[in-house]
Amino acid sequence: MAHRIVDKEKLSENVYRMEIEAKYVAEAREPGQFVLIAYDNDRSERIPLTIADVDLDKGTITVIFQAVGKSTIEFASLNVGDSFDAVAGPLGNPTDIEKYGKVVCVGGGIGNAPLYPIVKALKQAGNEVISILGARNKELLILEEQFKEISDEIITVTDDGSYGRKALVTEPLGELCSKGEIDLCVAIGPAIMMKFCCQTTKKYDIPTIVSLNSIMVDGTGMCGGCRVEVGGETKFTCVDGPEFDGHKVDFDQLIKRLGSYKKYEQQAAAEHNCKLEGKL
Amino acid sequence: MKSNMELLKELMEKEAAGELTNKERMKIPQQPMPEQDPNERRSNINEVALGYTEEQARIEAMRCLDCKNAPCIEGCPVQIDIRSFVKQIADGKFTEALDTIKQTSLLPAVCGRVCPQETQCQETCTLGKVMKDPMKAVSIGRLERYVADRCAEQSESPKVAEDTGKKVAIVGSGPGGLVAAADCRRAGHKVTVFEAFHKPGGVLMYGIPEFRLPKELVAKEIETLKQMDVEIMCNFIIGKTRSISQLMNEDGYDAMFLAVGAGLPRFMNIPGENLIGVYSANEYLTRANLMNAYKFGSESDTPIIRGGKVAVIGGGNVAMDAARTALRLGAESVKLIYRRTEKEMPARIEEIHHAKEEGVEVNILKSPIEYKGDEEGWVKSMVCQSFELGEPDDSGRRRPVPIEGSEEEFEIDTVIVAIGNKANPLLRRATPELEYNKWGNINIGENCETNLPGVYAGGDAALGAATVILAMGHGRTAAKAINDYLAEKS
Ligand SMILES: Cc1cc2nc3c(=O)[nH]c(=O)nc-3n(C[C@H](O)[C@H](O)[C@H](O)COP(=O)(O)OP(=O)(O)OC[C@H]3O[C@@H](n4cnc5c(N)ncnc54)[C@H](O)[C@@H]3O)c2cc1C
Ligand SMILES: Cc1cc2nc3c(=O)[nH]c(=O)nc-3n(C[C@H](O)[C@H](O)[C@H](O)COP(=O)(O)OP(=O)(O)OC[C@H]3O[C@@H](n4cnc5c(N)ncnc54)[C@H](O)[C@@H]3O)c2cc1C
Ligand code: SF4
Ligand code: FES
Repeated sequence: MAHRIVDKEKLSENVYRMEIEAKYVAEAREPGQFVLIAYDNDRSERIPLTIADVDLDKGTITVIFQAVGKSTIEFASLNVGDSFDAVAGPLGNPTDIEKYGKVVCVGGGIGNAPLYPIVKALKQAGNEVISILGARNKELLILEEQFKEISDEIITVTDDGSYGRKALVTEPLGELCSKGEIDLCVAIGPAIMMKFCCQTTKKYDIPTIVSLNSIMVDGTGMCGGCRVEVGGETKFTCVDGPEFDGHKVDFDQLIKRLGSYKKYEQQAAAEHNCKLEGKL
Repeated sequence: MKSNMELLKELMEKEAAGELTNKERMKIPQQPMPEQDPNERRSNINEVALGYTEEQARIEAMRCLDCKNAPCIEGCPVQIDIRSFVKQIADGKFTEALDTIKQTSLLPAVCGRVCPQETQCQETCTLGKVMKDPMKAVSIGRLERYVADRCAEQSESPKVAEDTGKKVAIVGSGPGGLVAAADCRRAGHKVTVFEAFHKPGGVLMYGIPEFRLPKELVAKEIETLKQMDVEIMCNFIIGKTRSISQLMNEDGYDAMFLAVGAGLPRFMNIPGENLIGVYSANEYLTRANLMNAYKFGSESDTPIIRGGKVAVIGGGNVAMDAARTALRLGAESVKLIYRRTEKEMPARIEEIHHAKEEGVEVNILKSPIEYKGDEEGWVKSMVCQSFELGEPDDSGRRRPVPIEGSEEEFEIDTVIVAIGNKANPLLRRATPELEYNKWGNINIGENCETNLPGVYAGGDAALGAATVILAMGHGRTAAKAINDYLAEKS
């Protein structure tokens, strides 16, 4: 089954939004779930991407991704009308959406994409939502407008101060926590960011949900490549997660495991770029 | 030395003269399987066993004693009429031989290669009993493979009965699912196979490596199904993309066969098991086989850690396949580490032999108790403990008992854990109404029926890790039950 790209937009440097036909996935999907997506069944790696949104009438899903390596750079080179061979899902457990009260949602970089549907659902469930959006610089800050529409309050920060407040997301997060009244924190972004968010909220005993981005193969619990240590136990991100109690996650291990194929990825991306440059 | 041609001629003459007595037959030398040289094959992924020649096949078939009670047939999980097909090969009637096999087994090219004959038909074969070694029995598997390969082009896709208007869903495209799909389709039902991965074939595709089972053979079987108008939906995960109840209640399926395989890999829960470089065999083999990681860079985008010192934990077929795959991916050395002795290894004898020939070092009576890593989280060494064999346990195998103070440390770059699977939680969590047994496998009755009406299950999903032929047997049984059920329903 081919999955056609029906819309594509460049959101910022290296970040793209794509709307892709995937009728069954769209119908079954709940916030927090992801798909495994591959361009060419014979050759491509299966890449996990969160489903940022769905359109049931059109039978499409939206993914937002950052072109960081061989596969995602290839995705970015595709255009409306091109097709993916595989869009498998929706995988992972949906977010536990309830009325918690006051929720702080922290998104870092591309993490804003997976965070968006969760904020939307939390808002719909009657929560008061404060969104903290962070990025390295102005260029990389995505989805601010969309978050504005669904958040009660929004705080933007950049590492270099090129937009919003010059700070790391943990600063405003710490301030909010110290004021009390926060019932839940949801943090999604680079592993290192989630780690420090959790250290921050831990001090105030605020329950914190994180969504992990381990390396995956099948996404169905068959390979164990996505395993992480949570509360001293080995869990599989794809079937036990991707969301976990952030205070229990061994982030250092996750960060190391994400580096498993660095050597090979750099090689692949370099070769790929050479080829692309050759064509240009 | 006589050539095979001459030997065959001589045997045929004796046969015609009625002189080929059992005593004479027992003197016929067992035909060895031609193989790629171990030094060469350890660096390519081509098939190791090359297959018999026509003369070899006929000579080997003439070793059969044509026993009245044919105990070999009882040893076969699907009761192939072995005695007849072996006789047909001896007589040079190869197409007939294949037809005989196909009456009961749908995938002879696969089974001839991967069935553990030494614990099935060849274990009960009279000749093997006389020779006191199942490896010296009539080489039934090699003969099955010979006719399957020889007549591959001739066999046409099975006839399909007139459309019944009924719809059957097959979940999982491993050997169990493929066989059930074919049998249900033959009865005239519309059949759809749902597969989670992007390519059908199950373990035949992602687990068992190319050098033991060429993927082309699996692809061919799947092509036959497509010619029969079986629909195959890949990247479709039942329990996620659609649920069992949606298929049955909304999508109009009248019956369903669940053959989703064994699933979740087991780990030992010892320190350091989540270091980088520690793989489950499932992941290692999937990356290598299904995702073609051995072609990384040129024709595949999926990486795999290659080279260095590799340790494989376990003693089954999966462990052997992982060890031999590691060699082919350029490992400097491969150590196989097993808790008991070679005698207790569940792997096929032939595979253990092949692995050793290729240079896999087999370390018995040892088991890891800890992995140690460097600052970046890469596994660097493993600590192993030695064992001795004690009293037999529930499985009848002697229980390994650790020896105090026997710890030793090996340097290592990659570890592949191949100690079995637990039931996959995905379908179970999505379908709480489906009953499971105490081992976490789907609970089935004699005809593969589950507790849900119209829903059948089998293969590894019901048996835990089993074999290709048992999964196929379930596919057969379930398809028959489904066909009966649907005939009654109309
Ligand atoms: C459940 C889940 C949901 C995800 N959702 C999104 C999403 O919505 N949008 C998005 O852009 N990305 C998402 N990711 C991350 C995405 O899968 C990776 O960016 C992608 O696999 C990189 O593949 P590549 O071949 O392009 O790059 P590679 O060549 O594989 O890697 C390039 C660089 O990215 C790092 N990297 C590799 N894999 C990952 C990973 N899984 N996570 C983070 N860094 C990685 C590598 O260390 C390397 O530095 C998600 C991951 C998971 C597990
Ligand atoms: C490395 C290895 C070597 C082996 N060697 C041998 C051997 O030499 N001889 C032998 O007889 N046996 C061997 N076996 C065992 C044999 O392969 C299995 O017993 C057999 O394949 C089981 O068949 P099955 O049809 O039950 O399931 P599988 O072959 O496991 O297929 C199940 C399929 O279902 C799919 N699936 C799972 N969940 C879902 C879902 N929710 N929705 C849709 N699809 C789903 C999976 O992706 C998979 O393709 C080996 C196994 C392995 C792993
Ligand atoms: S048991 Fe062995 S010798 Fe006897 S009929 Fe079967 S294959 Fe031939
Ligand atoms: S991705 Fe394979 S088990 Fe999670």
